[in-house]
Amino acid sequence: MIEREIYQEHVKKTAPKSPMMRSLIAAFVVGGIICSIGEGVKDIVKLIAPDMAKQDVGSWVSMSMIFLGAFLTAIGVYDKIGHFAGAGSIVPITGFANSVVSPAMEYNREGVFFGVCAKMFVIAGPIIVFGVVSSVLVGIIGLFL
Amino acid sequence: MDYFLSYLKVFAVGGAVCVVGQVLINKTSMSSARILVTFLLLGVLLEITGAFKYMEEFAGAGVTVPIMGFGSNLAKGALEGAKEEGILGAIKGGLSAVSAGLSSVILFGFFFALIFKSKSKKV
Repeated sequence: MIEREIYQEHVKKTAPKSPMMRSLIAAFVVGGIICSIGEGVKDIVKLIAPDMAKQDVGSWVSMSMIFLGAFLTAIGVYDKIGHFAGAGSIVPITGFANSVVSPAMEYNREGVFFGVCAKMFVIAGPIIVFGVVSSVLVGIIGLFL
Repeated sequence: MDYFLSYLKVFAVGGAVCVVGQVLINKTSMSSARILVTFLLLGVLLEITGAFKYMEEFAGAGVTVPIMGFGSNLAKGALEGAKEEGILGAIKGGLSAVSAGLSSVILFGFFFALIFKSKSKKV
């Protein structure tokens, strides 16, 4: 029989760290890395085209990050990252790309029309609707400013 | 050294934004769609209060790569459109500001779904 104290010592050593803390650290590190990649893309775009308008640089960064997220989803890597990183892979725009590509691929077997094209908006739909509605409301408020 | 410092800021702020999302997931078990909508609307709110501009100056991609940046662009486009073209601009400004991202996400989603076979088995 193991002594009580020895047992407790053993539990302390072998029990996994609190899952809460671990998920926060994973989200921080992965989210930070994805944002740093975005900053890197921005610096590269600025290097190639120094005269480009700030808004266009932003568009290129968005498109590049969306391509990255979509491609990593397509080859099955992004879901593995997501399993580890949680919100670290959801909150960046690569996660938005993932939320479109993943169901589109998943429902490919239901056909192109109602499978790929309809199901790709399962998660992105609310985002687009909330985005468009809020932007128009903001625009209308802007008319009176 | 300048480069290192700016990337450190991007990393720290971007990571911190994702930690907020993770706390929401852990505490409320929100689905990813709700998380994304929450951060999108947060971005809209930060843009109309004017705070986003300063956050972007400080952390660059640390705030624009999270989906907040998408929301901020929507709001910024709508406000600029309202100022320049009146009611028509208020309606089309938001979407035209994010059209590059939105078009590319639909484009990649469509073609990647046709080219690649799904590996995940969860439904």
